[in-house]
Amino acid sequence: MSSSNHGLGRRSVLAAGGLGASALGLAACGGSDDSSSGGSGGGASADFDERGPITFATGKDTTGVLKDFLDRWNKDHSDEKVTLVELPESADDQRSQFINNAQAKSDAYTVLGLDVVWTAEFAANQWVVELPKDKLPIDDMIPATVQTATYFDKLYAMPYATNGQLLFSRKDLLKDAGYDEPPATYDEMYEIIEKVTADDSGINGFGGQFAKYEGLTCQLTGVVKSAGGELFDKDGKPQADSDAAKLGLQTLRDGFDKKYIPKEALTYKEEESRQAFQDGKLVFLQNWPYVYDKFQADDGSSKVKDKVSVSLVPAVKGEGTSTVGGLNYAISAFAKNMGTALDFIAFMGAAEQQKAWFLQTGNPTAATAVYEDEDLKEKYPFLDTLKDSIDKGAVRPQVVKYGDVTQAIQEAAYGCLSGDTETDAALSDLQKQLTDLTEK
Amino acid sequence: MADPHSRRVTGGQGRMAYLLLLPTLVLLALVVGFPLVLSAWQSLTQSGGDIDPETGIIKQGDTFVGLDNYVEAFTGSGAGAGFWNAFWNTTLFTVVGVSIETVLGVSMALIMARAMRSTGIVRASILVPWAIPTVVSALMWQLIFDANGIFNRVIHYQVLWTTEGWQAKAAVLIADIWKTAPYIGLLTLAGLQTIDDQVYEAAKMDGADRWDTFWRITLPLVRPVLVVAVLFRLLDAMRMFDLPYVLLGRLESGQTLSMLASDAAGKTNYGLASAYSMILFAYICLVAFVFIRVLGADVIGEQNKPARRGGRRRGDGNDGADDGSGGSRRTARRLRTTAEGSMA
Repeated sequence: MSSSNHGLGRRSVLAAGGLGASALGLAACGGSDDSSSGGSGGGASADFDERGPITFATGKDTTGVLKDFLDRWNKDHSDEKVTLVELPESADDQRSQFINNAQAKSDAYTVLGLDVVWTAEFAANQWVVELPKDKLPIDDMIPATVQTATYFDKLYAMPYATNGQLLFSRKDLLKDAGYDEPPATYDEMYEIIEKVTADDSGINGFGGQFAKYEGLTCQLTGVVKSAGGELFDKDGKPQADSDAAKLGLQTLRDGFDKKYIPKEALTYKEEESRQAFQDGKLVFLQNWPYVYDKFQADDGSSKVKDKVSVSLVPAVKGEGTSTVGGLNYAISAFAKNMGTALDFIAFMGAAEQQKAWFLQTGNPTAATAVYEDEDLKEKYPFLDTLKDSIDKGAVRPQVVKYGDVTQAIQEAAYGCLSGDTETDAALSDLQKQLTDLTEK
Repeated sequence: MADPHSRRVTGGQGRMAYLLLLPTLVLLALVVGFPLVLSAWQSLTQSGGDIDPETGIIKQGDTFVGLDNYVEAFTGSGAGAGFWNAFWNTTLFTVVGVSIETVLGVSMALIMARAMRSTGIVRASILVPWAIPTVVSALMWQLIFDANGIFNRVIHYQVLWTTEGWQAKAAVLIADIWKTAPYIGLLTLAGLQTIDDQVYEAAKMDGADRWDTFWRITLPLVRPVLVVAVLFRLLDAMRMFDLPYVLLGRLESGQTLSMLASDAAGKTNYGLASAYSMILFAYICLVAFVFIRVLGADVIGEQNKPARRGGRRRGDGNDGADDGSGGSRRTARRLRTTAEGSMA
């Protein structure tokens, strides 16, 4: 079981994290793309009365838990069977398959497992249908997760899994330095690092995901919100050169300049940073909760077993804010039997499935109730903190050209953190790019 | 290309020949011509329209935009460092990578040919890096080039290989050379083994030292094979994608032209993606053309098809042009004749 937990932890992180360039066969795209010209999308004609067999396309079921759910559903719904279509593990590959499928207007996929950052693109292109809020357990879900499934005030998906980052601290080292509590702010954290690393034992301070990939967008979104701003305001206008954004980015830059964050953090993705912390090379780590199981592993792979305390991510100003990750379920605009599909995603959002998924895969789910569950509290002592992290979570930009936007954010943040550009210049350049991208 | 043959056939035979070739031509048109034309057309269009400010919905459909995509491809930076960065990266990886691979590959072949003329196991094991899928080897090198990885431990210095800069380019080159030098090595080895021992014996009798033997016998005789191997590697390296994509992800330092195309396609900007593809296609065609013209790569085995004489005449001409001193020219020509004779 523990090894399958491994697999899923990694997968969920990938699903939450990576949205990069994806390899599509160009010629093939050309063929299918032509057929979509002039199409108005099938979004307008969603018929939620139609019933029958459907398919469910989502990333590979590495744990087998999904299969249990489907077996249960299929036993009770012999005329409305759900068939699982397993897609590649990589989020990029899943996205390109969904897009190819939508452009061919194929009804091969009914229910789609969408990464939270794809909602805007799929909704704007009308590849998925608007969902009736009254027929889904939306009120049972954490509001921040519902926000990730919403585009222009309409619901296009049902939150299923979610995620929020946490701060993992070496409580043994903190205690030696005279601190009982993990730091709440970057200033406090930097101060502790100064003390802990003073004896020059070779240990590094703070690690997070600072390589040039989706994880960096997550980091910047979090610190900017914590500093009191947003990369995009409520009207969808970019605010990347606001004072809050500058303060957020500069706080991280200071960490690099003063070596509180090691230079090698520029190569850290989730796994690299987890490995460094697990090998005892970091005092603090910001990461998704899946890492906790690995730190507590009994097989000797972890040097930090029972030495880790878990808290909210450090704040720039105000409260520590993490990016919300996760997976939502949407219904393809080109599918048949949408009535069955709607019932099925409601079933996946029901308390029983939500709890089983979290408990068996270690992957947090969207329902509020699971965070009060005694079984889960026992397994994850930091459950309250995690709920707090998701509640306060920052949603990554909900823009149609998310691929371009996240890339621009990564360029700007990486350039600044690696010392090539200064904060003000990096962010005013970013503001210019984001303005271009949203105006077009 | 086919002129000596076609001139010989008469009208009726010609028609029959075309008839027999027809299925192949149709197939080629279908799998090569059609996608190419479609890509070219698509590079002149743009998919997707404006976003409705009320509903946030995109107007669907392709519009013809002329050469706009090409203008954007050459001048736009967008997110990322743009076309010229990718162009120079591609060129650097190709020129530096293939040069080093060729030198290494030939050296490997010479060593293998000398030491173990017929040990299949050694030859097979040399090919292992080549046989490993690129993505797998890229993941492996990612571990090696980790900030706390083996490479840094061996050199006792922390180089952050997967950060922006020259070190990222070096990482790609090292991984690529490791993987593909054996390919050139093996093809060259096959070429070396067709050279008769007698040629070397004759050279020894004539008093040629090792250096002379290599430059005047080994290299000219292995050249046809080597040139084709290098050409294939060139074309391969120019469309490099998977290695930098997996090893470096989104770093500008490793971005190649193929990655730009894939990146644009990933953003559903198919027009721009097709434009990048067409530019890369043109670049590859140009390099292949120049290479074949300058080095006379015999890709389709022309040299071996007609009677020996044609090939030899061409070979002799080259020798005469290449050689400086009269004495050694004579030696080379004599050796050459012996080689041809013994192979026939």
